[in-house]
Amino acid sequence: MHPVLVTIVKRLLLGLVTLFVVSAIIFSSISLLPGDFGEAVLGQAATEDTVAAFREELGLDKPAVTRYFDWVKEVAKGNLGTSFSGRSASGQDRSRSVAGMIAPRLKNTLFLAGITALIAVPLALLLGLTAALYRNSWYDRAVNVTTLTTISMPEFFVAYVLILLLSSLWSVFPSLATVDAGMALGERLNRIALPAITLTLVIVAHMMRMTRAAIINLLASPYIEMARLKGASRSEIILKHALPNAWAPIATVVAFNLAYLVVGVVVVEVVFVYPGIGQLMVDSVSSRDIPVVQACALIFAATYILLNLIADVIGIVTNPRLLHPR
Amino acid sequence: MNDNGKPILQMNNIHIEGYSDERWHPIINGVDLELKRGQVLGLIGESGAGKSTLGLAAMGFARSGCRFTQGQVIFDGVNLLTLKESQRRKLWGTRIAYVAQSAAAAFNPAHRLIEQTIESASRAQIRSEAESRKDAIDLYGSLHLPDPERIGERYPHQVSGGQLQRVMTAMAMSSRPDLIIFDEPTTALDVTTQVEVLAAMREIVDQYNTAAIYITHDLSVVAQMADEIKVLRYGSEVEQAETRTMLHSPKEQYTQSLWSVRSLEKPESRSDDIVLSLKDIDAGYGKTPVLHGINIDLPRGKTVAVVGESGSGKSTAARVVTGLLPQTNGTVMFNGKPLPSALKDRTPDQLQRIQMIYQMADTAMNPRQTVEKIISRPLEFFHNLTGREKEKRLLELLSMIELDESFLDRLPAELSGGQKQRICIARALAAEPDVIICDEVTSALDQIVQEGILKLLLRLQDEFGISYLFITHDIATVRAISDEIVVMYQGKVVEQGLKSQILSPPHPEYTELLLSSVPEMDPDWLTNLLADRGV
Repeated sequence: MHPVLVTIVKRLLLGLVTLFVVSAIIFSSISLLPGDFGEAVLGQAATEDTVAAFREELGLDKPAVTRYFDWVKEVAKGNLGTSFSGRSASGQDRSRSVAGMIAPRLKNTLFLAGITALIAVPLALLLGLTAALYRNSWYDRAVNVTTLTTISMPEFFVAYVLILLLSSLWSVFPSLATVDAGMALGERLNRIALPAITLTLVIVAHMMRMTRAAIINLLASPYIEMARLKGASRSEIILKHALPNAWAPIATVVAFNLAYLVVGVVVVEVVFVYPGIGQLMVDSVSSRDIPVVQACALIFAATYILLNLIADVIGIVTNPRLLHPR
Repeated sequence: MNDNGKPILQMNNIHIEGYSDERWHPIINGVDLELKRGQVLGLIGESGAGKSTLGLAAMGFARSGCRFTQGQVIFDGVNLLTLKESQRRKLWGTRIAYVAQSAAAAFNPAHRLIEQTIESASRAQIRSEAESRKDAIDLYGSLHLPDPERIGERYPHQVSGGQLQRVMTAMAMSSRPDLIIFDEPTTALDVTTQVEVLAAMREIVDQYNTAAIYITHDLSVVAQMADEIKVLRYGSEVEQAETRTMLHSPKEQYTQSLWSVRSLEKPESRSDDIVLSLKDIDAGYGKTPVLHGINIDLPRGKTVAVVGESGSGKSTAARVVTGLLPQTNGTVMFNGKPLPSALKDRTPDQLQRIQMIYQMADTAMNPRQTVEKIISRPLEFFHNLTGREKEKRLLELLSMIELDESFLDRLPAELSGGQKQRICIARALAAEPDVIICDEVTSALDQIVQEGILKLLLRLQDEFGISYLFITHDIATVRAISDEIVVMYQGKVVEQGLKSQILSPPHPEYTELLLSSVPEMDPDWLTNLLADRGV
């Protein structure tokens, strides 16, 4: 087998180990949440007997270690469990499966993240490369100052400024990003325009600056001077001689920001009332809906691990030393 | 060797400045240079003389932080300095080409060799890409690269340094330039590899009647390559003459001093009192064995030079002696007793008696410590000296290395290369060792500075009876300092003996190759050597 494939498989297995460790951390930190789950779910009115019966039914009376391994076993089989909510003290059970609750929310989050990434990543690369190309020029400074400004402002502030400008003063886009499953693509895109722009402004600076720094770092290499002395133009030097050697750091920072688009956007979701997974998780934490919280946390962890794995693989396949060993 | 015809390059009154410490310093002060078609000019001088700057200036190029302040660079009738950058760029890689010092660093790691070879020719559309590729393969062949059909498909890290240097020559040749700047192209290579590269470069420059500027600090190398030699010092020309004249009767005193360095030679003497002895040592890094049962004896008060090309295990042997790399097999005997293999098992007395000096004095000293602190450390650690006694000893040590007390407060960054190495020697001396291991201690220094360091080491040996295990790849240094020589090849000792025995025939096969590859100050040396080897 090609050594690169071996490395990738190794990283994948390591990723699974990491995920396992993270699942333990998630489980134990949720156990630390204050209050009784039964009471929190059923409400103050529930009698002690009802609560006890409820705890028994959910297996909450079992020791934590047993519950943890039961949970891991079920998740490994693809069963994320049943939500605590939808039950009441009267014994009614209208609870839904966790997967059923998360799926549409996750889809929405991925849609917003995907659209934002489609705008933000190429934009950041373009700005980073051109800033490196014309470094220390007015253009470079302007790009740096603008992106730094947008990253320095809190997301909700950027969001409200955008609503004010693009929705209230000039009504270009709707200020509420409510979407539902039956909506056509064009309408959906229109609805999520403002959150997508907000997120783009937030993540572009980081990626753009890393791209610029990675390229400029390489420009001091002897092979760049050699390329100049072979008659390469500035743009050729950046695109053909520096960029191919800069993919690894760029991929790392892009992966980091894409992960943020999935796991860190709850503020933006709240501002625009967007039905994403972040809101679902926050709601579930306050209602002590443990299975949903655990499932969300696990999905977030998996996203981080997977994106970082992809960044690592890009780092490997763009490094000829690893791809073509002696 | 074409002497007539109009000049292809004419540099008039070149002045270049460099920016550092917030002001502009002169680097080149009014140098003139003329080159005819097909002529090869050697540029020599010590580091900092401005050789590379002048070489790049011949392309109308100044490194960032440098600028032309005066002068003309007239290439084929056009002043490059008044051209726009985009117009100059059209000449680079096509009519003027550059061959850099470290091929390993000058090739882009991300592209295949052949892509880089034909890059300039393709950009200028000198011929179709298919023709360029075919031409590159022909060039690889005429530069005697192995498997010319396929070597271009490899990436830079997949071929050796000597091969890379030849591929770079092919890259320069691909557009059939009128002028090539060779900037120390063989400095990073072993002597055995250097011969092949020199021969290939000379052949191809002859074949296409290309004019060349050959920059080097190695006189014997430039003697093989150049029709004329120009000597530079502090950014000014010292003298210029035809190669043979320059070698036999240099006019200026500075040039003569450059030449004389090579004549230093210590008379050898033998001794049977062995202070340090490596017996059947095996050692390696991880699972990679490097040393295979080597035996080396170091007589007391003598110098044993360990020679061999890079990767032969010279430095690994030194690491075994110091205890940094415990051997897997065999013993190191010191003053008749076995030394513990691991550093932590050795007594302070054993540690004190074996000291080491490194190639890069820069990295062997803490940049934040003053000279006083650096030399004091072994005095306190091994001899418990404090206060006045320590101060007295410090001054003694400084006078031994021919420096005065004004150096005590300086930081390493405030010293020249030679001074730094002297401080490292003083630090080793402070411990009062029996044996000093010198790992390529003069390789990073200019020849005149080298001579000073070698003389110092010899004097210290005379005065204190110190034994040196002297690792080097430079045969001139070996002649200068050694009593005995150990030749190493691929982790084995090929032979050990007195200098006179090892350096005179008959030799084992590898020693013969190594010795015959050392360039001599004779312009016909390479020609004769190639004839001898039947190339």
